[in-house]
Amino acid sequence: MARMKFLCDADRCIECNACVTACKNEHEVPWGINRRRVVTLNDGKPGERSVSMACMHCTDAPCAAVCPVNCFYTTADAVVLHSKDICIGCGYCFYACPFGAPQYPKVGNFGSRGKMDKCTYCAGGPESDFSTIEYEKYGSNRLAEGKLPLCAEMCSTKALLAGDGEMIAQIYKQRVIKRGYGSGAWGWKTAYRETVAI
Amino acid sequence: MLIKRKTGGPGRTFHPAVAIGDTPRAIDRRAFLRNSGLVAGGLAAAGSIQLGSVRKAQAAGSSAIGPDVTIKKNICTHCSVGCTVTAEVVNGVWVGQEPSFSSPINRGTHCAKGAAIRELVSSDRRLKYPMKMVDGQWTRISWDQAIDEIGDKITGLRDKYGPDSVYWLGSAKFTNEAAYIFRKFGAFWGTNSVDHQARICHSTTVAGVANTWGYGAQTNSYNDIRNAKTMIILGGNPAEAHPVSLQHLLSGKEINRANMIVIDPRFTRTAAHATEYVRIRSGTDIPVVWGILWHIFQNGWEDKEFISQRVYAMDDVRKEVAKWNPEEVERVSGVPGEQLRRVAETFAKEKPATLIWCMGATQHTVGTANVRALCILCLATGNVGKPGTGANIFRGHTNVQGATDMGLDVTSLPLYYGLVEGAWKHWARVWDVEYDWLQSRFDEVPAKAGRKARTRKESMESPGITSTRWFDGVNLPEEQVDQRTGIKAMMVFGHGGNTVTRLPEAVKGLAKLDLLVVADPHPTTFAALDARRDNTYLLPICTSLEMDGSRTASNRSLQWGEQIVKPAFESKNDYEVVYRLAAKLGLADKMFKNIKVVNGVPEAEDILREINRGGWSTGYCGQSPERLKAHMRNQVKFDLVTLRAPKDDPEVGGDYYGLPWPCWGKPELKHPGTHILYNTNLHIKEGGGTFRARFGTERNGVTLLAEDSFAKGSELTDGYPEFTMAVFKKLGWDKDLTADEMASITKIGGANIDAVSWATDLSGGIQRVCLDRGVTPYGNGKARANAWNLPDPVPVHREPIYTPRPDLVAKYPTRPDERQLRMPNIGFSVQKAAVDRGIAKDFPIILTSGRLVEYEGGGEETRSNPWLAELQQDMFVEINTGDAADRGIKDGQFVWVSGPENNAKAKVKALVTDRVGKGVAFMPFHFSGWYQGDDMRKFYPHGTDPVVLGESSNNTTTYGFDPVTGMQETKCTLCQIRAV
Repeated sequence: MARMKFLCDADRCIECNACVTACKNEHEVPWGINRRRVVTLNDGKPGERSVSMACMHCTDAPCAAVCPVNCFYTTADAVVLHSKDICIGCGYCFYACPFGAPQYPKVGNFGSRGKMDKCTYCAGGPESDFSTIEYEKYGSNRLAEGKLPLCAEMCSTKALLAGDGEMIAQIYKQRVIKRGYGSGAWGWKTAYRETVAI
Repeated sequence: MLIKRKTGGPGRTFHPAVAIGDTPRAIDRRAFLRNSGLVAGGLAAAGSIQLGSVRKAQAAGSSAIGPDVTIKKNICTHCSVGCTVTAEVVNGVWVGQEPSFSSPINRGTHCAKGAAIRELVSSDRRLKYPMKMVDGQWTRISWDQAIDEIGDKITGLRDKYGPDSVYWLGSAKFTNEAAYIFRKFGAFWGTNSVDHQARICHSTTVAGVANTWGYGAQTNSYNDIRNAKTMIILGGNPAEAHPVSLQHLLSGKEINRANMIVIDPRFTRTAAHATEYVRIRSGTDIPVVWGILWHIFQNGWEDKEFISQRVYAMDDVRKEVAKWNPEEVERVSGVPGEQLRRVAETFAKEKPATLIWCMGATQHTVGTANVRALCILCLATGNVGKPGTGANIFRGHTNVQGATDMGLDVTSLPLYYGLVEGAWKHWARVWDVEYDWLQSRFDEVPAKAGRKARTRKESMESPGITSTRWFDGVNLPEEQVDQRTGIKAMMVFGHGGNTVTRLPEAVKGLAKLDLLVVADPHPTTFAALDARRDNTYLLPICTSLEMDGSRTASNRSLQWGEQIVKPAFESKNDYEVVYRLAAKLGLADKMFKNIKVVNGVPEAEDILREINRGGWSTGYCGQSPERLKAHMRNQVKFDLVTLRAPKDDPEVGGDYYGLPWPCWGKPELKHPGTHILYNTNLHIKEGGGTFRARFGTERNGVTLLAEDSFAKGSELTDGYPEFTMAVFKKLGWDKDLTADEMASITKIGGANIDAVSWATDLSGGIQRVCLDRGVTPYGNGKARANAWNLPDPVPVHREPIYTPRPDLVAKYPTRPDERQLRMPNIGFSVQKAAVDRGIAKDFPIILTSGRLVEYEGGGEETRSNPWLAELQQDMFVEINTGDAADRGIKDGQFVWVSGPENNAKAKVKALVTDRVGKGVAFMPFHFSGWYQGDDMRKFYPHGTDPVVLGESSNNTTTYGFDPVTGMQETKCTLCQIRAV
C-alpha cells in the first residue's frame, strides 16, 4: 500500500507560486485561506532558497494528537484528513503543527475561528467520494480519481513531488546523484551542518 | 485513530458513514510515472503502487466531475513559453484544469499565472458590455451603437486629418490570425502606425538580431537549453518571467552539470539558482560583453574556423573590444576583471554554450547595440547553429513572436517584407486587391518645418510612429511630427496604458485625443486615468482562451488553441470586432474576399490559410491549420529535447513540434519546421539551414557569402545568394519548375520575371526546388559583426540618458539628437541638461524595473484575478539596506519615489533588501490604478476595477529611446526615495 508524501526539492523551487494558485483553482479556496504557500529563506541573498509548504501528512500527526474532539484521521494511503463536522475551531492544531498548515476562515479568539481548513492531499474528506457535500467542504478528490495533488502535478520546475514516499524518494535520489552536489533538501544544512557550494 | 502505515484493507478508517464503493484499483502505472515526473528521471526501479482509495470517477453517482466532461486544449495567454492549458468543460462551463502532461514544452506544469488561468474566463471583473463615457460617466451601450459611432468618428477624423491621425495599437495577446487581420486592416485603412507590445519588449532584439544573421528571433528553443553546458542569462529573470522555462534550464544544469551564469544588476530569483552571479551597473551591458570578449581575444579562445567561414568583419569588433581592458570595464561597469575572465573562459571553452537575454538587455537607449554585442559574443565563440548553443531570446507575451511576425510593427508588412514597393505588391497579390487602390488609401503630406512633401507612395513606404511615442505624437507641436497632423485618435486593442515610460505626459496626451477606443477584456489603465470626459469607448473583447487560433511561442513553434468556452458576457473575439469595423467602413468585402466568414465571424483556419499563401519570407507557408491541429492531437509523440516526432508516425512523422518557422514550402511538402536556426549539420529538409544572405553578396570587395560552409547535403558547396529566377536560370534549375509553377511565376514577374524570388513566388516552386537541391532559399551568407546600416555598426558603449556617472558622459555620450520614425529624438540634449543640472546629485539612485511571477504586462488581467492578487497585494520598491538606513526607511512603510522629469512621484511600499545593490532601486511594472499618490479606483467602470491597484512604475520613468526602433529606456533612470 502506498504511503503518500510531499517532497519539495529546494534546488528546483523558484518560488513561482504555481502550487499555490493550482490549489486555489482546484478547490476554489477562498481569499485568505492558504492551504499551500511558498516560504523563502535568505530572500535576496546568496543562498536564497524557497520551499513549498502545506500539510505534510505526518505519520504521527501532532495535530491529531492535540485535537480535543478527535476530528483527524489517517487514510489507508497515509493522508491526514479531518472532519469539519466534528472540528470546533479551537486552534490547538495550529499551535501543534510545525508547518503552519491549519487555516481558519475567521480571525478571532478561542472558538471563534470557524472550521479548520487545510491541505487534503487532494483527497477530499470523510463524506462519500465525489459528492457535492465533500467538494463544498474539502474541495475535489483527485486521489480517488487516480490523480495526484494538482500543486505537485503543475509545479513549474517539478520541484514539488507528490506520490508514494518510496517512489518520490527514488526520483529525488536520482536527481542528487545526477547533479553531484549536496541534497538541497529543505533543512539539510540545518540538520547536517553541511555547507554545500554549488 | 489510525496513525500507522497500513498495508491493505478499506480506504477509510475513520468515518463509519463513508461508503467504500468499488474495490480499490491500482492506477495505470504509465500514467502514474508520468504524473510523478519519473519518466524524466529515467528511473527503472519503480514498481506499481497501490492506492487505497482510487476509484473511477464515473463510478460515483453525484460526482462533482460528471461523465459529460469534454477536454479542450488551448495555450496559456501569459508568457511566451507556450504552455498547453487543458480545460475540463461541462455544459459550456470551464470547471477544472488538468495538467497537460503530453505537451513537450510544459509537460503538465504551469507557473502561478498558468495555474490560475481558468479564472480569466469567468472573472466578474471583466468588462461586460460596450461602454461609452458621457460627460465623465460610463454608460452602457450596444455593440451596434458602439461600432456605428466609432466608425463614424474615425471616418470623420480621416476625412479631416488624414489616415495617419488614427493610431492602431494592437496586441501580443492576439492570435496570429487576429494580429494578421489587424495589420491588414491598418494597410486597408492607409497607415503604417500599427504597433504592439513588441515595441516595448523586444523590438531591439528583432532589429539587432535580424541585422546580424537574418531573422530576429530565438535561434534555438527552451527545450534545447537542456543540451547546454554553459548558459549565460544576461538581463533576464526567467524564474519570474518565464518560470516553466526554468524546468528546462535547471534540468540541463543538473544533467550536464552545466554552468549557469547570471549577469544582472539585481540578484534575481534566477540568480539564486546560478553557479555564478555577476552584478553590473544598469546600462553597461556593452562594456561587460566587450570585457568578456577582451579575454577571449586576448587568450585566443575564439572559434577561428567558424569566424572565417561564417562571420563578416569580426576584425572591426576586435578594434573596439581592444579598448575594453579589465580596468576600464571595472571602472565603467563595476565588474572585477578576474570574474569576467572566468566567465569568458567558461563561455568559450565549456561548449555548447548559450546566451539567454530578455528585457534587461533590450529596453535601453542602446538596446539594438546591446543585442548585437550579445550576438557577436555567440559568433566569436562559434556558439550558434548547434544544439545547446545560440541566442535564446525569451520573448515576453504569449504571442509576441507571432504578432511581430504578422507585422504589428510600424516598419513592416506581415512577415518582415518591409514597406518597400515590392512588399506592397506582394501583399496586394496575396490579398487580391489592386496595388494602386492600397496606395490611394495613404496620405499626402504637405511640406513642413523644412521637410519635403510626401506623396501617397512615399507615405506608404514610410514607417509609422512607434507606440512608445504615441503621446508625443499628440502633444508635440504639429510641425515636429512628420505627418499631416499629430495623432487624434487611439484605437487600443489588448494593450495596457501603463506600459509606456513618462506616464504623466501620456496622461496629457490622453486628455487631448479626439477619440479613445479601448478594446480589451478589462478597461485597462487607459480608461482609468481620469483624463477624459467624452469620446471614450470600451469594447469587451474575449481572451484568446475563448476563441480558436494559433499562437507562436518564443521558440517559433506554432500551437493551435481551440475555443474552451464561448466568450463571456457580451464580449466578442478580435476577428469579429475587426470584421464589424471593416464592414462599417465598407472595407469588409475587399479585406475578407478570400476568407470564410461564418455568421459575421471570420474563420481562424481560413485566415491562417491566407497567411500560409503569403508567408514565404519567414517560412510561415507550411503550417496549415490541419497540420497544427494534428500536432496538438499528437503532442505526446514529440521528444522532450529534440522536439521531434518519430519518422514513422502517420500524422506528424519527422515533424518538429509546432513546425517552428521557417517551415518551407507548401504544407503538402511536409517540411518538418526548423528547431534550430542556421544549423549546417542538418539537411534543409531535416530542419537545417545557413545564415541568411540578406545584405548583398559583397561589400568593399569583401565577400558577404559563407566560405566553405554549407548545410548538409547541399548541391552548392560554398556561399550563395538568395534565390531568384535570375539565379535559377544561371544554375539551370528553372527547368525543375513545373508548368503550373512557371505560369504563376510568369504572372507575378510580368516583364521582369528574373526578379521573382523565393519570398515572392506564390507557387512555392522556387522553395520546392531549393529543398530538393539541399539549399536554403534565402541564401548562404555570413553573419555580420559589422552592420553598416545601423547607427552604431559595431556596438559602442553609451551612457544612459540619466546616468549616475556623469563623469563618463564626455567619453561615452548618447547619440546626437536626430529625427527617427516621424519623431524627434532629443536624447543628447536631455542627457546634457541632466549632467549640467547635476541631476545625479538630487536623484542619486538608479531605478530599474522588471517582472513579478504573479502578474503579467500591464497587469490589469492578473491583478483582477483574486488567486494571483492575493499573493502580491502591494506595489513596492526594492531599496538596498544601506540606502534605506541612510534615509531612515523601514521595511514595509510607504515611501515616495520621485523621478527627475515632470515632478513625478510615486507612493509605494519599501521592500528593504540586498537583492539590489547600493544605489539601486527596483520596481515591478505591473501595477496601475494609483497615480502620484492618489487612488483612482473610482474611475473604473463599476465592478471592473482590478482587485489590487498600485502606483505604476512608469509614473517616474524618463526620456530615452533607441535610435533604431524607438524602444523606451525602462531599465536605467534615476530617482530619489524618501519616507512618507
